[in-house]
Amino acid sequence: MVLPQALTEPALPEPELRQQGLHRPGLRELAGRARPVSLARERVLPVLPAFCELLPDGGLRRGMTMTITGESHAGLTSMALALVAASSAAGSWCAAVGMPALGALAAAELGFDLSRFALVPAAGPQWATVAAALLDALDVVIVQPPLRVRSADARRLSARLRERGSVLLVMETGGRAGWPEPPGVRVSVREARWEGLGQGHGRLEARRVEMAVDGKGTASRQRRARLWLPAPSGGVERE
Amino acid sequence: MGDVGEVGEVSEPPQSTRTLVLWCPDWAVVAAGIPPQVPAAVLVANRVEVCSAAARAEGVRRGLRRREAQARCPDLVVVEHDPGRDARAFEPVVAAAASFTPRVEVIRPGVCAFATRGPSRYFGGDQALAVRVARAASRAVEATTGTEGCEARVGIADGLFAAALAARGSRVVATGESAAFLASLPVVALERPELADLLVRLGIRTLGQLAALPAADVLARFGPDGAVAHRLARGLEERPVSGGTPPPDLVVSRELDPPAARVDTAAFAAKALASELHERLQGLGLSCTRVRVEAETEHGERLSRLWRHDGALTAGAMAERVRWQLDGWLRGTAGEHQDCEPTAGIVLLRLAAEEVHTDQGMQLGFWGGSAEGDERAARALARVQGMLGPEGVLTAVACGGRGPGERVGFVPWGDPREPGRPLDCPWPGRVPAPAPALVPSPSMGAEVAGPQGDSVRVTARGRPSSPPARVSVEGKAWKEVTGWAGPWLAEERWWDRRAHRRRARFQVVTGAGTAYLLALEGGRWSVEALYD
Repeated sequence: MVLPQALTEPALPEPELRQQGLHRPGLRELAGRARPVSLARERVLPVLPAFCELLPDGGLRRGMTMTITGESHAGLTSMALALVAASSAAGSWCAAVGMPALGALAAAELGFDLSRFALVPAAGPQWATVAAALLDALDVVIVQPPLRVRSADARRLSARLRERGSVLLVMETGGRAGWPEPPGVRVSVREARWEGLGQGHGRLEARRVEMAVDGKGTASRQRRARLWLPAPSGGVERE
Repeated sequence: MGDVGEVGEVSEPPQSTRTLVLWCPDWAVVAAGIPPQVPAAVLVANRVEVCSAAARAEGVRRGLRRREAQARCPDLVVVEHDPGRDARAFEPVVAAAASFTPRVEVIRPGVCAFATRGPSRYFGGDQALAVRVARAASRAVEATTGTEGCEARVGIADGLFAAALAARGSRVVATGESAAFLASLPVVALERPELADLLVRLGIRTLGQLAALPAADVLARFGPDGAVAHRLARGLEERPVSGGTPPPDLVVSRELDPPAARVDTAAFAAKALASELHERLQGLGLSCTRVRVEAETEHGERLSRLWRHDGALTAGAMAERVRWQLDGWLRGTAGEHQDCEPTAGIVLLRLAAEEVHTDQGMQLGFWGGSAEGDERAARALARVQGMLGPEGVLTAVACGGRGPGERVGFVPWGDPREPGRPLDCPWPGRVPAPAPALVPSPSMGAEVAGPQGDSVRVTARGRPSSPPARVSVEGKAWKEVTGWAGPWLAEERWWDRRAHRRRARFQVVTGAGTAYLLALEGGRWSVEALYD
């Protein structure tokens, strides 16, 4: 039987085709027709409802870099955890690199699935290699880079992100040099104010923060909001 | 229906290997170093798994709850279950058996076996061999555990199953007599409780009665498990002898540079090696039931052991066996077998699949689509562990406790996620939610001053000497306190002098909006956590 050239010429190397059972032309055609369609919402990881209107695609778009900036100890860590919590709860694999003091209990309170959350507390000078290895397979990686980030490292990580469709969150605490690449989305946290603590009585109950989001493309218009992080009842809410 | 036909054939010749089984009764108790006259029990999940003869005499039985067991025998010594310890203590016994023949298989800690064909001819018959092995093993047990009167029993019969049962009565069953020996034993001896229960209800009480049934009918009524039981009852091997020796590429080895002097370093390398072998077996559609683990040190010393497993050995199970074996070897064992202790680090690890069977396969869930992603993530994390060492990647496990640092335990990725302290206890004096996002370890030093600049203390009545007005963390600039609460006193483990801790905790917010959880312990202030 003679087949038309277009059908006999395999697009994939032969062994791979054979492995997928697609070495027969008819099957290949059928596989193309039956391949699942990737929907736009599948390319976005979910976030907590409070963040939906603030982020450009209503979630964490796969392949993007997000930086979280602000004064140190003004709620940056909580913000990073809160942004990732919903996708972790939905079954995504997450990791935190270079954050030795991260309070896993706070992550669990925000809804993290701790069994799918890996911590690399001290990556040292290898942090970029570690992050690249994790971005290959995990969905979200939170990174606190060391004092100076080489732009070559940043470029390589961004390329890896785009290719693998994972999300990178970079912590930019005050006093550190920033991420050398322009991020897809920049989240800044300011004016953190705790409520519930008096003079010798009460307890820390809730915190108000102001959050501003800007970035490239659809995110270029700055959006601001006042949030409860955490709200008096736990979780994150719009004020 | 080709399979049924094959199993149903009775024509296959009895191919059972003549086997010697060395059995140390109640090994888990003996390994803990408890003399036989003391009633003791090893508990798993609050049920008695193994108990000593003295405990049995008091009425303690396997499967009893802790409370029931202690009610029957109030002096019962309860030992923690630790398979690592059992395997470690068993190593000298295996070494003693290995002085008779090199091919000793460890079935599980406490039981090992070897084929008797060669050694039995050399030592002058099965009976003579059995006596010698039993004597050597008993000496090894007494030397390692340091207790008198521990025994090791030896049984010889055709096939592993019959030999294991013969070992219970220290018997040597003549060649070809295994089926007759088994015939009078009850079906409970199959160690398949559900099947045995069913068989007894059907009126089949002995292995002889089971063996008399037609094989095809047994398979049809009881499934593959029943077919295996039927084979065993007839004195045959558990599986039909298949395939012969596996192809030579089912051996994986790794050189360790620098040499591994610690068990966990070697065990970590073994984990990767085990998954490599497992992947190769998977590619060939095989599963492994017997694996040889070989380790070599810098000075050329070698230790090689065969491990057998009833079901297929998974990568995790293989790695566990390597860890057990190296544990016993690297930590060194006391007594006369000191010569088996290595003098240098391990440079070479080799895993060889010795007995393989066609893998029966596993059906993946119809809707379970995430398995592929999980596997990819596990591979990436293992790669990072390869870069940074096993402790480089951690996973958090929620556990019980009061402070934010105590309520989370960190274990290396891939280790069992078990809470260190029970979660379901009340833990009075727990720091209330929300939990702090930063918990530095070790905690940072701090200074807390009152309005007059005096250092704040907590009085015996649990009141602050003056309200905190300023805070300085790690010697940095003083910050104004705008709100505070406390002290919350926590007195922990007052019954244990070494673990006793007395702490007073404060929550403090400074003018810059930073919130701290401060702790005062023994007159020193520290930042336990930051509400970042």
